[in-house]
Amino acid sequence: MQKTRFNFDFMGKRKIGLALSSLLIIISIISIATEGLTLGIDFTGGTLVEVGYAEAVELDLIRTALSHSEFSNAVIQYFGSANDILIRIPPSPGLDNADISHRTLRLLADTGLNPDLRRVEFVGPQIGKELREEGGLAMIYALICIFAYVALRFQRHFSVAAIAALVHDVIITIGLFSITRFDFDLTVLAALLAVIGYSLNDTIVVFDRVRENFRKLRDTTPATVFNVSLNQILSRTLVTSLTTLLVLIALFIFGGEIIHSFATALIMGVLIGTYSSIFVASPITLALGITKKDLMPVQKEGVEADNMP
Amino acid sequence: MNHYSLWKYILILFLLGLGILFALPNLYGKDPALQVSATGSSAISQLTEFQVSTALEEAELAFKAIDIGPDSLVIRFNNEESQLKAQPVVEQSLGRNYVVALNLAPATPGWLDSLGAEPMFLGLDLRGGVHFLMQVDMAAAISKAEEAYRADIRSSLRAQKIRYKTITRHKSGGLLVRFKDDEERDKGQALIADDFPTLDAVLAEAPSGESQLRVTLKEQNVLDTQKLALQQNITTLRKRVNELGVAEPVIQQQGLSRIVVQLPGVQDPAVAKKILGATATLEFRLVDDDHNVQDAIDGRIPAGAELYYQRSGLPILLEKQIMLTGDSIIDAASGIDGESGGPNVTIMLDGKGAKRISRGTRDNVGRRLAVVFIENKIAVVEKEGQLVETKQITKEVISAANIREQLGRRFQITGLDSTQEARELSLLLRAGALAAPIYIIEERTVGPSLGQDNIDQGFNSVMIGFALVLIFMMVYYKIFGLIANVALSLNLVLIVAMLSMLQATLTLPGIAGIVLTVGMAVDANVLIFERIREEVRNGNSPQASIHAGYEKAFSTIADANITTLIAALVLFSFGTGPIKGFAVTLSLGILSSMFTAIMVTRGLVNLIYGGRRLDKLTL
Repeated sequence: MQKTRFNFDFMGKRKIGLALSSLLIIISIISIATEGLTLGIDFTGGTLVEVGYAEAVELDLIRTALSHSEFSNAVIQYFGSANDILIRIPPSPGLDNADISHRTLRLLADTGLNPDLRRVEFVGPQIGKELREEGGLAMIYALICIFAYVALRFQRHFSVAAIAALVHDVIITIGLFSITRFDFDLTVLAALLAVIGYSLNDTIVVFDRVRENFRKLRDTTPATVFNVSLNQILSRTLVTSLTTLLVLIALFIFGGEIIHSFATALIMGVLIGTYSSIFVASPITLALGITKKDLMPVQKEGVEADNMP
Repeated sequence: MNHYSLWKYILILFLLGLGILFALPNLYGKDPALQVSATGSSAISQLTEFQVSTALEEAELAFKAIDIGPDSLVIRFNNEESQLKAQPVVEQSLGRNYVVALNLAPATPGWLDSLGAEPMFLGLDLRGGVHFLMQVDMAAAISKAEEAYRADIRSSLRAQKIRYKTITRHKSGGLLVRFKDDEERDKGQALIADDFPTLDAVLAEAPSGESQLRVTLKEQNVLDTQKLALQQNITTLRKRVNELGVAEPVIQQQGLSRIVVQLPGVQDPAVAKKILGATATLEFRLVDDDHNVQDAIDGRIPAGAELYYQRSGLPILLEKQIMLTGDSIIDAASGIDGESGGPNVTIMLDGKGAKRISRGTRDNVGRRLAVVFIENKIAVVEKEGQLVETKQITKEVISAANIREQLGRRFQITGLDSTQEARELSLLLRAGALAAPIYIIEERTVGPSLGQDNIDQGFNSVMIGFALVLIFMMVYYKIFGLIANVALSLNLVLIVAMLSMLQATLTLPGIAGIVLTVGMAVDANVLIFERIREEVRNGNSPQASIHAGYEKAFSTIADANITTLIAALVLFSFGTGPIKGFAVTLSLGILSSMFTAIMVTRGLVNLIYGGRRLDKLTL
């Protein structure tokens, strides 16, 4: 038997993991179905204007300035600090989109305080729709490509489990965005794809070790192989998650308001991704009935036996 | 065991040297500069350089250097103050045929410059500026092309004595030719097929007692027309952007009907938007003073006339026949009218236009000539529950003055509201009309203050995240941690070098990609070091453990990185603008981290531990 620093019975607890994951997924799906997502203007279309003031301003001042205009349905909020204001103007009929930002600024200047225009984003309804569709497609393409690669490099059972873990991660991360009502925009979508990359990275490392141990350990049940493998690489899993989280937290705190939802999605994703490679990908592979026979080397991997202690 | 051959060290040193060299230009910062480019027939030459330097010396403005390039002149200054002061001086010394734009020129030393090393190309979200995505109205381009055939079809039918009634627009696109009977229609169809091989003429459903043909463009013709419209619009936009005086603009085709325009450093998107999207043009028509305007308002518009409104809101009847369109205008300049003191635009026509207007005004001295200002605007309206963009065309009569004498190549128009409007109109007339209307379907503007904030915050978060990881690695893996840290630092240098070399656009999400890479890059080293620890725990000798650790971790690292790379590539192929930036840095980061985390650390480990007798590993 191999010596390991840790000796947790992960597979014995797989029912708990399964229950937890199912619960999170159900909550996520319910929330997405009923509450939906707070889609950013990238996907809905509309206009977003960010203005900066020299000193803190009252939101009410801005609200009053815009309330009697064509932008009475604008959503106004602070962005990062009380000096920064974010104004969202939904697309609406009869609104000439060409100079919304200009007209907004003129209305704001009427209050006597002259803000600095920091950012304008305008997305036409057509583009919003396209980005929505393309975003979904990108997600599906990524999953298909990954499925193919894992099936080729490992084995079908692993492939199915890896994809299941990824879908699990994506659903729960989106679910968290739905529950917390954070803005879901294009950068969050990018973050989700990065989460897919990260979570998969983690899963692959687990599978790699599982494959190796299936070939190496004799007279063990598949569950033991998984347990031994997970324990062997547990410190690697924790260290890598930690360093990644360290930089993400730096990004979250110091990266500015624009990058906030992006960093949030990644932080959630890294946590969920780490969890899922242990408690989702591994039990599913096990449940799919993987055996030693499935993994006996086709290539010249026999050299490994020489290195056995 | 644990020896690297010399060529491996040489390869590592060579790649790192190359990386450091290409990352170097990013350390030098940028000079405030003016960029002079020529428009129209003028060119940049030694003479231009001489004119500029003389003018600056006369004005006692110090400058660092003047670099002369094939199509632009860059004048560097020590500070922004002299840059701003110098702009009007340079503009005046060169005259109207040159555009002088504010710019930041990289202060890369000459020897690096000659190697082709440049600093990273910053995206608009970092340097500030405007990004537009514009949709070309292809339906309008097609119907314009169809209209162009109308007169040709008419004369062809007449030449063959085929009797037709009218040629009008078909309600679902194309032209509608009405004939007396089926026989004439069939003759017409055969004629169109012979004379116009790029047109389709099909039988149209007609009320009894009539025979009709619907004429449309053939598919290839439609594609060609669309391509041409896109190309012409890009050319016109380029001219307009040049007139605006923007340094390093990007004007690119995207897909089959869209154009991306990026204007770095533009601080007032409103003006840029107005000028780029404007489809303003002019039409000259005679005023119909013979008929009663009131009758026309009541719905009885006399034949050969059309009802228009003036800026004041007063109605006016104009002749249907257009004397001249904006297409004939080759130059225009705004100024002040000597008599009225109001703004005016002096217009210069091409030969054909000059002939038309002199013929048209010769016999009409004393009558009034109206100048119609035509503009396309886009508004969002609700249609069947969905929001869609629709065109709105406004036509206004800006002036209707008596023709005092026969007009020629050059004349003036007045009646504009402000000098600003006169300036914009003259700019639009100079740069030419758009082949088809365009409208903005996406805009992203980043103000200069936010751009700088984004750079600072991005830089800070990279540095802090980086420092945290370095500290952690050192504490957790000791000497091996230090080795990993060297590799991680070199990884960062390599990413910057590759971004500079490829001149890929660095965006804020791109910086986030670098941050993420820093976090994930140590993964490879963590895998290796954990494996080495395991081997040691299993009772192997330190040297054998190092060897086995690198060996066994390799396939895991490769698999893990390739799958992440797949996700990054999908992101790249789907992504627009900022997302692409993220995908690029993530992919480059994965590649360079494989190199530094495996080869560089192995090289260092071999240098330190290789070929020695080891009792213990500090790990």
